[in-house]
Amino acid sequence: MSGPSTYEPKSGFTRWLDKRLPILRLSHDSFVAYPTPRNLNYWWTFGSMLSLCLVVQIVSGVVLAMHYIPHIDFAFDSVQRIKRDVPYGWLIQPMHAVGASMFFLAVYVHMFRGLYYGSYKAPREVLWILGCLIYALMVVTAFLGYSLPWGQMSFWAATVITNILGALPFVGESIQVWIRGGGAIDQATLNRFFSLHYLLPFVIAGVVALHIWALHEVGQNNPTGVEVKSKADTVPFTPHATIKDLFATSLFVILFAVFMFYMPDALGHADNYIRANPLQTPPEIVPEWYLLPFYAVLRAFDFNIGPIDSKLAGVIAMFASIGVLFVLPWLDTSKVRSMRYRPIAQQCFVIFVAVCIGLGFCGGQNPGRILAPATFSATLNWVEGGEVRQEPVSADSDAGYAEAASAAEQALRGQGAALVASSRTGETTGAARGVFGGTARSQSVSAGTMEELDAAIGEAKTAAAASAPYFIVERRVPFTFTVTRLSQLLTAYYFLFFLVILPVLGLIETPRRVPDTIAKPVTGQAAGAS
Amino acid sequence: MLRALSISAVAAAAAIGVAFAAGEGGHVEDYPFSFDSPVGAYDMSAVQRGYQVYAEVCASCHAVEHLAYRHLGEEGGPFAAYMVRNHETGEEEMVVRKPEHGGRFVDVTENPYVRAIAQAATISDIDPNTGQPVDRPGRISDKFLPPFPNEIAARAGNGGAYPPDLSVIVLARHGGADYVRALLLGYTMEMDGDLLVNTAFPGGRIAMPPPLTDGRVTYSDGTEATVEQQANDVATFLQWAADPHMEQRKRTGLVVLAFLAVLSGLLYLAYKQVWRGESH
Ligand code: HEC
Ligand code: HEM
Repeated sequence: MSGPSTYEPKSGFTRWLDKRLPILRLSHDSFVAYPTPRNLNYWWTFGSMLSLCLVVQIVSGVVLAMHYIPHIDFAFDSVQRIKRDVPYGWLIQPMHAVGASMFFLAVYVHMFRGLYYGSYKAPREVLWILGCLIYALMVVTAFLGYSLPWGQMSFWAATVITNILGALPFVGESIQVWIRGGGAIDQATLNRFFSLHYLLPFVIAGVVALHIWALHEVGQNNPTGVEVKSKADTVPFTPHATIKDLFATSLFVILFAVFMFYMPDALGHADNYIRANPLQTPPEIVPEWYLLPFYAVLRAFDFNIGPIDSKLAGVIAMFASIGVLFVLPWLDTSKVRSMRYRPIAQQCFVIFVAVCIGLGFCGGQNPGRILAPATFSATLNWVEGGEVRQEPVSADSDAGYAEAASAAEQALRGQGAALVASSRTGETTGAARGVFGGTARSQSVSAGTMEELDAAIGEAKTAAAASAPYFIVERRVPFTFTVTRLSQLLTAYYFLFFLVILPVLGLIETPRRVPDTIAKPVTGQAAGAS
Repeated sequence: MLRALSISAVAAAAAIGVAFAAGEGGHVEDYPFSFDSPVGAYDMSAVQRGYQVYAEVCASCHAVEHLAYRHLGEEGGPFAAYMVRNHETGEEEMVVRKPEHGGRFVDVTENPYVRAIAQAATISDIDPNTGQPVDRPGRISDKFLPPFPNEIAARAGNGGAYPPDLSVIVLARHGGADYVRALLLGYTMEMDGDLLVNTAFPGGRIAMPPPLTDGRVTYSDGTEATVEQQANDVATFLQWAADPHMEQRKRTGLVVLAFLAVLSGLLYLAYKQVWRGESH
C-alpha cells in the first residue's frame, strides 16, 4: 500500500549505499513518507510507547544482568546490592520493575483499541495474530522475570503456576518436571528462568519486526474503519504522526517517571521483599496486577465439568482466554469494522472492558470473600433442667454404626425424650443420650459470615451451658455471593463476548451509516463521536 | 466515552495495586513522617537517633544484612561527614550532617565516626598469614555484624521465634514505617501464653518482648527518649536502611519531571504547528 518509493539519495555516499543496502530507503519509506490516515486519534499512539517500553526493558535488563546473580542463595541479595551499591542501580532496578507494569498498561490499551476499532479484521488478521503472539510472549517473559529476585512471591508464584501445568492430563507431570528442571522449584529452575528471561525479549523484538512489516503491508486502520481510498485520506508519517506520537509518548513517560521516582514499590507486593522460603507459604499468593484477570479465570472454576476436574477446567479456561484472541478475526462476523458505527457492539465492548477490570479485582481478592451482605443464621434447641439418660450403641460393623445409632435414638425418643443425640466413641461403639423432662428452649442467632456465626453459637451455648448439657444446632447457610461467584459471572461474559456476542451480533445488528471515505466526514461534516 | 473509560481503567488498575498494598492486619496509625511526601527528605537527626536505638536495642536480636558500615557514611547516609569553614576561626572543621550550603563531602574511608562504629565490632576472619581463624576489629567495608550466626541459632535464642532481618523490613510489610512504629507502640502489656498482645501485629500475638521503655537509650543530642520518640526514630532509621537512595531518587525525579513537562509542552506546540490547516 505504500506505493512506489519516493526516496531520493542526496549525497554520493547515500547513493552508493542505496545500490548496495537500501536500508535508508526502507527507513524513509517506513517512517517518513509512509502515508498514515489523517484521522488517527490518540489511541493510535500506544504503539510508539510500546516500542519505547521494549527498548527500556532490554537496555535496563542487560545492565541488571551484569550484576544479578542467578543463584538461589545470592539472587535476593544481588538485587539489593544493585539497588544500594551499583552506580545508578537505584535508578535502573525500578526502571525495569516499573517498566514491566508500564509495558502492560500500554499493551492493554493497544489491544482494547484494536478490539474497538476492528483492527483484527481482514486484511489485518496476521498483524493481529502477531500482536497476540507478542502479548503471550510478554506474559511469559514477565512471569519468568518476576521469579528472578527470588523473594517469597517470586518463589510461590512460580510454584503455583508450574503446579497448575501439572493438572494437564497425561503430559502434565512431565511438563512440570521439565520446566522446573526437577521435582521442586530450585536452583535448576532459577537458572533456566534466567536464561529464558534473557532470551525471550529478543524473540519479542523479532516478532515486533514482523508485526511492523505486516502493518506496513496492509496499512493502518483508523477510527472510522474505512480503508484509505486516496491521497486525500492520508498525511505523511513524518512529521504528522511522528510529532503526535512523540507528544503522547512524552506524557506516557511522565506517568512512568511518577511511578519510578515516587512510588517504585506501589505496584509490587510487599512479600517479595522477603527472601524465598520453600517451607513457609505466604498468607496470599497473587501475581502482579497485570496478570490478575487470568488468575481470576483460573480460580473461577471450583466445580468439575463432567470428566474434567475443576483444576484442569481452570487451566484450560486460562489458556483459552488468551487463545481466543488468536481466532478473533474469524469470530466477529460483522462487515462493519469500527464499533463507532455499531451501537450494540459498542455497549457490549464497554461491558467487556469493565468485565476485564472486574476480573483483575477478583484476582487480587481472597476467593472466599463474601461481596454481598448475607445472613448466616442458626437455631439452637436445648432442654433446660430434666434428666439425662444414656444408652450404649454397638454395631456389628463400621458401616452398620449409623443405623444402630439412629435405632438407639429412636428408642430414647419412644421413651419420651425431648432431645436426643448420639456420639461415637469407636469404630462400632458409641452412646445415645436423651434428655427427659425439663423445658424445651430455643434461640436463634445470626451473623454475617460463617466464622462469626460459629462464634455467636459458641456464645449462646456458653450462656446456656449451666442448665443444659446438650444442644441441637441447625445452621442455615444462605447462598453467598463470593469473589469466586463474581469471577464465574465475569468469566462467562468474557467468553460469551467472543464466542457468542461477536459472531451473532455481526449478523443481526443494524449498523449506523458508515462514511464513504476517511476524508469526507472529517473535511466535510463534523466528526462523529470518538 | 472511550476516553473517560480509559481514564477510569487506569484509575482502577492503580486502585487494584493499592488495594493489595493496603492489605489487612492489625491497627496501624498513619504517622506523618518527614519522608512521606513526594518532596520529603529524611530527618537525618532522627535517622542518627534511630541508628542508636537499633544499635543499642534491636541489634541484640535483629540483623540488618544488607547494610555495611560504610553505608552510614556515604552521601545520603546518617553519618556522612562534610568539611565546612568556620566563619569565626577560618579553620575547616568536620561536621556530620549536610550543611545548608557549601561543605565538601568527606570520603567514607576518611570518616572517623564510621570507622569508630565499624571498629567497635569484632569480626571473625581468616588470618591472611597463618590461614587460621582470628578475630579482628571491623572495617568499614564489613557488613553489619549479625547477632546470630544463622537462623537456627536465632530461633534457639528467641524461644523458637525468628527475629527477621530489618534492613528491608519497611518494604516487606504492608504499612512500612508506620507499621514498624505502630508495632513498637502496640503492646498492651498483656500476655497470651508465651506471646504478647500487640494491636498492630497481624493476628495480635507476637513473640518479641516489648523492646522499648522510656529512657531505654540516652540520646546525645538531648532529645527526651520516650517510647514514642524512640519508635519514631528507629522507624525512620529503618526506612533509610531500606531505601538509602530515596532522597537522590526524589531529587532526580523532580528534575526529570520538570524536563518532561517542558518537553511535552514544546512537543504539543510543535504538534499544533504541524497539524495546523490539516483536517483530522
Ligand atoms: C529480645 C529480642 C528482640 C529485640 C531486642 C527486638 N526484637 Fe524485634 N523481634 C523479635 C522476635 C523474636 C520477633 C519475631 C516475632 C514473631 O514472629 O512473633 C521480632 C519481630 C520483629 C518485627 C517483625 C514483625 C512482623 O511483622 O513480622 C519487627 C519489625 C521488629 N521485630 C522490630 C524490632 C525493633 C525495631 C527492635 C528494636 C527497637 C526490636 N525488634 C527488638 C525479637 C526481638
Ligand atoms: C519484554 C521485556 C521484559 C519484561 C516484561 C521484563 C519483566 C521483568 C520483571 C517483571 C522482573 C521482576 C522485577 C522485580 O520485581 O524486581 C524482571 C527482572 C529482571 N529482568 Fe526483565 N523483563 C524484560 C526484559 C528483560 C531483558 C531484555 C533482560 C536482560 C537482557 C532482563 C533482565 C532481568 C533481570 C536480570 C531481572 C532480575 C533483577 C530484578 O529483579 O530487578 N529483562 N524482568
